[in-house]
Amino acid sequence: MMTLENLQNYWWVIASVLGGLLVFLLFVQGGQSMLFCFKSPDRKSLIVNSMGRKWELTFTTLVTFGGAMFAAFPLFYSTSFGGAYWLWMLILFSFILQAVSYEYRNKKGNVYGRGTYDVFLFINGCVGCILLGVAVSMFFFGGEFSVARGNMLDQGSPVISRWSDTHGLEAVFCWKNLVLGVAVLFLARMQASLYMMNNIADAGFFVQLKRQALANGLVFVVFFLGFLGLLLTATGYTATLEPDYSLAVVETPYKYLHNFLDLWWAGVMLLLGVVLVLGGLLLAVLREKFTGGIWLTGPGTILAVMAIFFVAGFNDTPFYPSLIDPTSSLSIRNASSSRYTLAVMSCVTLLIPFVAAYIWYAWRAMDSKKLTSAELDATSHKY
Amino acid sequence: MNDLTSLVDWSRLQFALTAIYHWLFVPLTLGLSVIVAVMETAYYRTKSEKWLAATKFWMTLFGINFAIGVATGLILEFEFGTNWSNYSWFVGDIFGAPLAIEGILAFFMEATFVAVMFFGWNKVSPGFHLASTWLTGIGASISALWILVANAWMQYPAGMEFDPGQMRNVMTDFWALFSPIAVNKFFHAVFSGWALAGVFVIGVSCWMLLKGRNKAFCLLSIKTGGWVGLAGMLLTMYTGDGSAVQVARHQPMKLAAMEGLYHGQKGQGLSVAGWINPDKEWDDDRDQYLFNIEIPCGLSILATHDLDSFVPGIADIINGVSINAEGDTVNTVPYAERIVRGRMAHESLRKYDAARAEGDTSGMEAAKAELAANYPYFGYGYFDSVEQAIPPVGLTYVMFRTMVYLGSFFLLLMAAALFLAYRPEVLERQRWLMWTAVATVPLMWICSQAGWAVAEVGRQPWTVQDLLPTMAAVSDLSTSSVVLTFWIFAAVFTVLLVAEVSIMCRTIAKGSKSDLQKVNA
Repeated sequence: MMTLENLQNYWWVIASVLGGLLVFLLFVQGGQSMLFCFKSPDRKSLIVNSMGRKWELTFTTLVTFGGAMFAAFPLFYSTSFGGAYWLWMLILFSFILQAVSYEYRNKKGNVYGRGTYDVFLFINGCVGCILLGVAVSMFFFGGEFSVARGNMLDQGSPVISRWSDTHGLEAVFCWKNLVLGVAVLFLARMQASLYMMNNIADAGFFVQLKRQALANGLVFVVFFLGFLGLLLTATGYTATLEPDYSLAVVETPYKYLHNFLDLWWAGVMLLLGVVLVLGGLLLAVLREKFTGGIWLTGPGTILAVMAIFFVAGFNDTPFYPSLIDPTSSLSIRNASSSRYTLAVMSCVTLLIPFVAAYIWYAWRAMDSKKLTSAELDATSHKY
Repeated sequence: MNDLTSLVDWSRLQFALTAIYHWLFVPLTLGLSVIVAVMETAYYRTKSEKWLAATKFWMTLFGINFAIGVATGLILEFEFGTNWSNYSWFVGDIFGAPLAIEGILAFFMEATFVAVMFFGWNKVSPGFHLASTWLTGIGASISALWILVANAWMQYPAGMEFDPGQMRNVMTDFWALFSPIAVNKFFHAVFSGWALAGVFVIGVSCWMLLKGRNKAFCLLSIKTGGWVGLAGMLLTMYTGDGSAVQVARHQPMKLAAMEGLYHGQKGQGLSVAGWINPDKEWDDDRDQYLFNIEIPCGLSILATHDLDSFVPGIADIINGVSINAEGDTVNTVPYAERIVRGRMAHESLRKYDAARAEGDTSGMEAAKAELAANYPYFGYGYFDSVEQAIPPVGLTYVMFRTMVYLGSFFLLLMAAALFLAYRPEVLERQRWLMWTAVATVPLMWICSQAGWAVAEVGRQPWTVQDLLPTMAAVSDLSTSSVVLTFWIFAAVFTVLLVAEVSIMCRTIAKGSKSDLQKVNA
C-alpha cells in the first residue's frame, strides 16, 4: 500500500490540490489588480477590505505549496528555486509588498501615503498572478537546467543543479509561459468580481462587478484556450528512471494530448472544471441577482488546475522538463523524498480534513453577513 | 574558489539580513499574542470594558507587527531554495518535512483565526472570538516549534543516513528531530518572545504614565505584561542554562568561541568582561584576551554543572580533546585527521559512482562500507586547513555577553516594574524607573538578536554540523545576482521597517491621548 511509487503519486496529488487551491485563492490578487478600475474611494475601500480578510489564506497556501514541494520533491525545490532565481525573487518581492500593504495603508503615520500601498497591492495583484502562471507553465515548457549529483564532490563548484546564466528571466519572457500567466491573471480578476458580488452588499457596485466579471472572463477564456492549444500540441518527454536516478527520455509528440487520453479521468476533471467555471460566469452574468458564481467557478478552477497538474506529472511524464539536458528532467520518481519521509508526511496529511473544516467554519462565520460601507465606518480595524 | 567564497559570503549576508529582520517581528508576535489572549480572557470572564479596551489597544499593535513578520517569514522559507539549493537537496528529505508540516498545522491556523480575531468582534460569539485569539497565538507558537526543530536539526543532525546513490541524506527516524536540543531551543526562543513583549508593554505603559495619561490602563497593562514577561524571562534563563550544557556536549567549538577560550582546563573560569585579542591564532602563544576579568570555575559550572570539570578550548578541540555527550573529557579525532577522513569519504563516493556505472555490485558495497566509516567527517573534506572550521570568535564572544547582561537587566527591571505596579503611588514617584523602562524597549531587540547571533555565528562554518559547510551548500548563482538581491531586500525591508515603527509610534501616541478605559469601536 505505502510503496514509494504510491506515496510519490499521493504527494503529487497533494501538490495538485494545493496548486488548485492557490489558483482559486488568487482571487485576492485579482481584486488587488482591479483597485484602480474604480474611482469611488468607498468602492476602493470595499475591495480592499473584502480582499483583506482573505489575503492571509492565499499567502499561507503559497507558503504551504512551497513547503510541500520542498518536503516531497526536494530536487525540484533546489533546482527550480536555486536556478530560476529571478523568477522566484520577483514573485517574492511582490508578495512582501502585499503582506504589509493591507495593514498599513489606512494607518496614520504610514510614511508613504495610502496611494503607495495601493500601488503595492496592484503590483502584487498583477505580477504575482502572471509570474505564478509562468512558474506553473514551466511544468510543460521546461527550464534551462541540468542536474549532476556528482558535482557535489567538485571542490571548485560543488553545486548539483545548474541553470543557464539568465536564471529564470528567460522563462519570464517566454511567450508560451506568459499565455498561462495572463490567463491566471484574468481568471483571478474574474473570480475576484464574483467573490465581491457574493461578499459585498452594494447594489450599484454589484452591477459594475458583473460587467467586470464578464469582461475579465472573456479575456481569460481567450488566453486559456490559447494555453490549451499550446499544451495539447506540445511535444513532451516520456521518461523512465535510470539506476543513477537520471531519466531515460523519449521525445513524444502531442505528449499532453496523449496524457489526457490515457488518463481519461483527468480529461473528465478538466472538462468538468471548465464547465463549472463557464457555468458560474454565465449564471452570474445572465441571472439578475445571482451571487453564487464564485461557488461554481472556485471548485471548477480547483478541478481544472488539478487536471493540468495530473497530466504534467503522471503517465511517465517529467513534470519539470530540462531544455538543455533532457536526461536531467525531473519527474515524481527521481525528484522525490524517500519512502520514509513521504510516509511520515502522509500521516500528517490525515489532519487536512480537520484543517479544512475549521477554515470552512471560520469562513462561513465571517462571511455570513455581507460587507457594507456602514460596517467599515463603524469598525476600528479597517484596511 | 575566490568567487565561490564571495558568493557564499553574500548568500550568508542575505540570509542573515532576512533572518535579522524576521526576528525583529516574530518575538513580539509570540509574546503579545499571549498578553492579548490573557487580557481577552479577563474580559470574557469579567465583561469589564477596561479589559476589552486594553485587549483592543494591544491587539492593534500586534496586527501592525504581525503583517511584516509574515512577509519576512515567506522570504526565509524560499531562500533555502533560492540561495542554498545544494543544501535543499542534500538534506531536503529531512529538513523539508518540518517546513511542510509547519504550513499545514500552523500557518493555516494563524491565517484563519487572525482574521476572526481582528474582524470577528461583531460576527462571532464572544467564546469563539476568544478561542480565535488563543488559537492565533498557539498557531504562532506551533509555527515556531517546527522551524526551531528544523534549525536544531542543522546543529545536531540525527535520525538520518546517507544514501550514496542519490548523494543525499534520508530520514530514518522522524522522532529524532525532537531531540533535547530542539525542545530546549523551542522553549528558549518562545519564552524569550514573552520576555520581549513584557518589556515592550511595560515600556509603552511607562511612557503613557510619564505623560500622565490613562493611569488605570497602564497599571493594568504593566501587571499583565509584567507577569507574562517575568515568567518568560525566568524560563528563558532556565532553558538558556540547558542550552549551554547541550552546546558544551554537542558543539564544543561554539562554546569555546562564545568564551574566546583557546586552551581549556579543569575548573575553567568564566570571562565576565574582556576583549578578544584579534591577532590571536589557534596555534600560537599569544594571550587570547587583551584584558579579562573572570569568575573562577564559572565556565565549568555553566558547561557541565560541575565545579571542577574540564572545558576544552579551540586549540584543544582542534587537537582532538573534547567532552562527550555525558560531559566526560574524551579524546576525539583531531581536525587535521577529520579533513583527511572527509576527503576519504569523498573518494569513496567517487568509487561508488564508478562501480555503479560499471555495474560492479561488490565494488559498490566495498565503497559504501568505506564511506560509512568516514562519513561523520564528510563536511571536513571541503576544507583546506583546520582554520576554516573555527567560527568568528570575537563576534560570538561579544554577542553572548550582550545577551546575558541585557537579559539579567530585564529580569530586574520587570520585577521592579511589576512590584511597583501594585504600589502605584510609589511607582509614580520613581520617574527614573519609568524612563529606564522606556529606554529599555529597543535594548530588548538587541538582546534577542544577540542570542541568535550566538546560535548562528557560533556554529559557522556549518550549515549542517560536521556534514555540510556553507561553501558546499550554496546555489549556482553569480555573485552579482546575490549582491543585487541583497541590496533590494535591504532597501525594501528598511523602507517597511520605517513605516512599521512610525505606525507603531503614532498608534501608541494616539492611544495615549484617548481614553483607554473605554472602547472606541
